[in-house]
Amino acid sequence: MKKLCIGLLVLLAAACTGDATTTTVVAPTVQSATTSPPPTTAVMADTPQAIVSLSPTATEMLAAIGALPQVVAVDDQSDYPTNVPVTDLSGFTPNIEAIASYDPDLVVVSNDIDGMVGALESLDIPVLLLPAAVTFDDVYAQISQLGEATGRFDEAEALTAEMREAIDELTAGVEPPVEPLTYYHELDPGLFSVTSSTFIGSIYSLFGLQNIADAADPDGFGYPQLAEEYVISTDPDFIFLADTEFAGQSAESVAARPGWGEMSAVTGGRVVELDDDVASRWGPRVVDFVQAVAEALALQPVG
Amino acid sequence: MITTGSWSRALRPRSLGLGVLVLAAAALAGVALGPARLPIPEVMAALFDSLPGVDTHHSLTARQLDILFELRLPRVALGACVGATLAVCGAAYQGVFRNPLVDPYLLGVAAGAGLGATIAFATAAVAAVPVAAFVGASAAVVLTYAIGNRFGDRAPTSLVLAGVAVASFLTAAQTYVQQRNSGDLRVVYSWILGRLGAGWDDVRLVLPYVVVSAIVILLHRRLLDVLAVGDPEAQSLGVPVARVRLLVVMAATLGTAAAVAVSGLIGFVGIIVPHTVRLLAGPSYRSTLPLSILFGAAFMVATDLAARTLIAPAELPIGVVTAFFGAPFFLALLRRRG
Repeated sequence: MKKLCIGLLVLLAAACTGDATTTTVVAPTVQSATTSPPPTTAVMADTPQAIVSLSPTATEMLAAIGALPQVVAVDDQSDYPTNVPVTDLSGFTPNIEAIASYDPDLVVVSNDIDGMVGALESLDIPVLLLPAAVTFDDVYAQISQLGEATGRFDEAEALTAEMREAIDELTAGVEPPVEPLTYYHELDPGLFSVTSSTFIGSIYSLFGLQNIADAADPDGFGYPQLAEEYVISTDPDFIFLADTEFAGQSAESVAARPGWGEMSAVTGGRVVELDDDVASRWGPRVVDFVQAVAEALALQPVG
Repeated sequence: MITTGSWSRALRPRSLGLGVLVLAAAALAGVALGPARLPIPEVMAALFDSLPGVDTHHSLTARQLDILFELRLPRVALGACVGATLAVCGAAYQGVFRNPLVDPYLLGVAAGAGLGATIAFATAAVAAVPVAAFVGASAAVVLTYAIGNRFGDRAPTSLVLAGVAVASFLTAAQTYVQQRNSGDLRVVYSWILGRLGAGWDDVRLVLPYVVVSAIVILLHRRLLDVLAVGDPEAQSLGVPVARVRLLVVMAATLGTAAAVAVSGLIGFVGIIVPHTVRLLAGPSYRSTLPLSILFGAAFMVATDLAARTLIAPAELPIGVVTAFFGAPFFLALLRRRG
């Protein structure tokens, strides 16, 4: 689900509140954007030894806290790290029978598509629902939850501490600009973008960057499709591409778009090619994302 | 061959003039307005300045000129091409199948184009999307024709039924590919809803097909009028019915496939525009076809203007606009006429 419409995820996640309340591992349903989920205190009798992850982000989190040996299967979109047990399982079109055939003692999902959580619970399979993060606190809380659920609480705490520290260091290393800098984050070549109210947007906000998509989203949906004229006439200082892999966009292809060649981000070398997956998951690699932004800001001064 | 001196069946200069006027107004609005809010007098001055031999003063910056000449103008041109093509091809399809509910996607064009584009997105070959959509659309109609002629009795009904089967099958295949590549869901969905704009490249890409298709269809305008009386009757009047149908369908498919390749699946234009034109100027294809070109172009330019300004600086998918505003407008027209 590397680029699965994040907005859809948010909507789905919002719609499934209350579906996942009766598991042994308490699956905290979606919290509102303002409150991050508190670490659950539910403790399993034994730590799960046959985990199925249907969320690429959860897979990355599990790997980072050293829980991979307990993971028996991950979904078809989980591709990082490379040594995960990839299967045909899909978190997007879930097949309950196929999931159950791995005899899991914990299934981690990022949204409750097709009533998957309820279906798995009816088979007495514990489910942990870790929806798309809205804030950094959500990210840390989810890592803690996974640590608790897998018996690797200390590793999880160490990881979140390390992430916080790295991000603090990266943001502190960039001088705040005199004039506020603007940016455009591209989700796909159709000019879908994110606003600063999204998790992706909050990463840029760390550096005080101003999002040109905010003006296009009065309803606060978070993922507007921008008009091309608007992007060009706004002339953002930075263009961040999160469609480099799946849609093959690059600084060159942006420069070659009609009307884009003279934009200051293009002529100033401030078109930043992000890793699509890093820029759309909310796992431990958000540090890489923060680093990419920090490097872009440090290397290509505006002026 | 029927010859008719009836003035009412031919293209009236008044209707033609109205069409030209409406298209000109839509194009002018399309160039003058947009989310970038360029000063309109300056835009007009810059437009005149760009004409050969005219030298006017304007104060647009280089970026504003880029927006005007690299984004807006080609977008208006592309909208005109796509709208004209979908409308005239829709009218042609309605003629050869003698069915007012037919649209240019009837024989599987949309499903074929959708499958082609989805495969291109899924294999990360985004640059190949127009070609893939074009190939898919054309292949779908060839398949429909082959099946319809092989198993049917060459009547239009067999073709239509074959088209339904082919479209369902290809849509199933498209959905399968899309579900297997859920990461591309948004781009595929966004493509299906339609979007104009990739500068002059798309205009250059689509123009030859559109022109050839429109010319072939226009050349058949009288024969389509004769065809309206029924296959046997037209045959007895000396019209090679099967050949006319094949030629017109080929031309309409070529045009539709090219339009779909650059704009995605913009629905409704192929039905609403020809019917509006018929309500205005009567049922003869001698007026319906040329007027569909003019009003189709105007309609698409106007809806695209709405798509990029209504919720500016965000943008609406054009397919949403065509149906949302087109349907009530069409109903109002029907009601007034009824």
